Amino acid sequence: MFKNALKNKTPLIRVVKRGRDALPWQFGILVRAIAIISALIVSGIIIMMLSGKNPIEVYASMFDGVFGTPRRIWNTLQNTVILLCISLAVTPAFKMRFWNCGAEGQVLVGGLATVSVMMFLGDKLPLPLLLVIMLAASVLAGMIWALIPAVFKSIWNTNETLFTLMMNYVAIQLVAYFLKVFAKDGSGVLKPMPQFGLPVIGKYQFLLNIIIVAVVTVIVYIYLKYSKHGYEISVVGESENTAKYIGIGVKKVIIRTLAVSGAICGITGLLLVGGTDHTISTSTVGGQGFTAIMVSWLAKFNPIYMVLTSFLIVFLDRGAGQIATKFSIPSSISDIVTGIILLFIIGCEFFLTYKIVISKSGREEK
Amino acid sequence: MLAFIVSAIRLGMTLLFGSTGETITEKSGHLNLGIPGIMCVGASCGCYAEYIYIDSVVSKGLEINSILAVLIPVLATLIGGAIMGVLFSFLTVTLHANQNVTGLAITTLGVGISDYMIDKTDLIYIRGAAYFKASLPFASKLGWFGEVFFSHGVLVYLAIIIAVVTSFILNRTRIGLHLRAVGENPATADAAGINVSLYRYVATSIGCGIAGLGGLSFIMDYLNGNWEYVIDDIGWLAIALVIFTVWKPNFAIIGSIIFGGLYIASSYITGVSFAGKELFKMLPYIVTIIVLIFTSMRSKKKNQPPQSLGLPYFREER
Repeated sequence: MFKNALKNKTPLIRVVKRGRDALPWQFGILVRAIAIISALIVSGIIIMMLSGKNPIEVYASMFDGVFGTPRRIWNTLQNTVILLCISLAVTPAFKMRFWNCGAEGQVLVGGLATVSVMMFLGDKLPLPLLLVIMLAASVLAGMIWALIPAVFKSIWNTNETLFTLMMNYVAIQLVAYFLKVFAKDGSGVLKPMPQFGLPVIGKYQFLLNIIIVAVVTVIVYIYLKYSKHGYEISVVGESENTAKYIGIGVKKVIIRTLAVSGAICGITGLLLVGGTDHTISTSTVGGQGFTAIMVSWLAKFNPIYMVLTSFLIVFLDRGAGQIATKFSIPSSISDIVTGIILLFIIGCEFFLTYKIVISKSGREEK
Repeated sequence: MLAFIVSAIRLGMTLLFGSTGETITEKSGHLNLGIPGIMCVGASCGCYAEYIYIDSVVSKGLEINSILAVLIPVLATLIGGAIMGVLFSFLTVTLHANQNVTGLAITTLGVGISDYMIDKTDLIYIRGAAYFKASLPFASKLGWFGEVFFSHGVLVYLAIIIAVVTSFILNRTRIGLHLRAVGENPATADAAGINVSLYRYVATSIGCGIAGLGGLSFIMDYLNGNWEYVIDDIGWLAIALVIFTVWKPNFAIIGSIIFGGLYIASSYITGVSFAGKELFKMLPYIVTIIVLIFTSMRSKKKNQPPQSLGLPYFREER
C-alpha cells in the first residue's frame, strides 16, 4: 500500500485544512474536552510520580482549594475577573493580528497612575471626584503605553511583538523607580491606602470589580461583533490588503484599536490597585499580562468563551496552589500542571482546524 | 572599573548563549517566546546532572574529574534544552499552533519544571561552579589584560566560539542559506526542494539547546552556583539582544557585553540616588526599542527580521 502511495506521489498520511463551517459545534467541545481530560491524566501521572499521592485525592483537594470556603470562592472570582479583564483588553488587538504582548506593562502603568492620584490628591479632594480622576488617569496611562508601539507599527511597521514585550520591562522599572520615590522610608514598599480605594458594595470587597468586568465583557463583545469598528478590526486582521482596497484606513484602525486595548488595560490597573491591593508593587500584575494572551487565544477571541478559559486557568492555578500546601509539594507544581494543560489545549486546536487524511488507494481523494 | 568590565563580560556571555540560540531559531521563522523557560530548564538539567555526578563520585570516595564535571552538565543542558525545542516545534510545525501562545506556555512550564527540580539552598552547586570557573593559570600574571581576556571560565569562551561558528554557518554555508530561505519565505524554500519542517525542527532544537547553556552559564558562572535570582528576566533580555544585534550572532558578541554592562551599570555607578538606579535598569530595554525603531525606519533589507518570523507554514494554504 505504502509503495503504491509513493508511486503516485501521494503521501500515506496527509493533512488537509477543514472548510470554514464543516464542523458541528459538538465536535469542537468534544475535542477540547478530550484534550483537557488527557492533560489531567498526564499531569495526574506526573503528580503521582513526584509525590506518591493518589491523583484523585489530589484533584479533590484542588476543588477544595477553589471552592472550599466562601472566602476561597470570592478569591477565585476576583482572580478570574482580573485575568478576564486583561484578556478582554488584548483581544481587539489580537483580532487585528497585532500581537500585543505588552498588557503586563499597560496594566502596570494604569495602576501606577491610580496610585499616584491616590497619593497626591487622596486627602485633597472629595471621594467621588477622586474616583473620576483615578479612572481618567489610569485609562490615559494605559492608553499612552499601548499607543507608543501602535504609532510606530502603523507608520514604520515596527515589529509589535518585540516592541510591546520591551515596554513591559520599561514599565516594571518605572514602577520600581516611583516606589523608591514615593515610599518615604526608602524601603520601596508602599503602604496600602484603602481609604482612597474604590467603594465596597455591602460586605463584599470584590463585588464591584466583578460587576465592572461583567459590564466590560458585554461592551467588548458588542463592540467586536456588532459595531463598525469591530468589523473593520476583523477585516484588517484577515487581510490588510483587502482592508486597504475597500477603503479602510489601516493606520487609523491600528491606532484606534490599540487605544481601546490600552484603555481596558488601564481599567484593569485601576481595579487591581484601587479595588484590590490599594497599593502597587512591581509584581502586582504577576505575569497575568502573558497568561491573558493564552486565555484570549484559547477562547478564539470570543469574549464570552473567555469567561470560561480565564476561569479554567485560575482554577488550575489556585487548585495547584492548594495541592502544594496540602501535600507539601513545591508550589511550582502549579506552573507545571498549567503548562501541560495549556500545551494540550494548544495542540488540540490542530484537530479542529485540520483533518488527517489517510489515502488508501493512493489516489487523490476529497 | 576592571571588576565592572569582567562582570559585564560574564553576564554578557550568558546573554550571548540565549541570543545565539534565539537567532538560529528566528532565522528558521520561529519566534520562540519560550526562551526564558528553556533557559530555566537548561540550567536545571545541567545543575541536576552536576548534582548526580558529584554526589555519586563523592559517595564512592573517588576523585572528581574536573573535565567530566563540566562536560556532563553541558551535555545534560543541551539535551534538556533541545527536548523543549522539539516540544515547541512539534506544536508549531506539526500541529500548526500559534507560536506566541506556544512559546508563552513553554515559558510557564519551563519555569515550573526548573523550580521543581532544583533545591535552591543546596550548596553542591557552589561546589560544582568551581569547575566551571577554573581559568587559565597564567591569567593573573598578565595584569588587567589577563583579567579581561583570560580569567573566565570555560563557558565564556564556548559562548564566543558558538557565536562565531553560528555566524559562519548562517552566512557562508549552504545549510545556512537554506535556513535563511526557510525563515524568509518558506513557500519558495519548499518549492526549491528544501524540507521546511525538518529545518524548522532542527534549527529550533539546536537553538534551544544553546539557549539552555545560557541558563547554565548564568547559574554556574555568573552567580557562582547560587540560585538566588530568577533566570527568566535574563531570557527576555536575550530576546531583546537578538533585535539589538539585528539577527547577527557575530555582532552579538560585542552587543552582549554592552547589554551585560547596561544591565549591571546601576550597581557600579556612584553618585546616583537609590531610586535613580532603577531607571538605569531600564536602559537595555530602551536601547532595544530604539534599535527596533531604527531598523524599521531605515528599512534596509539587510537588517530586517526574517520575513516570515512568527508565521506558521502550511503547504496547502495560499
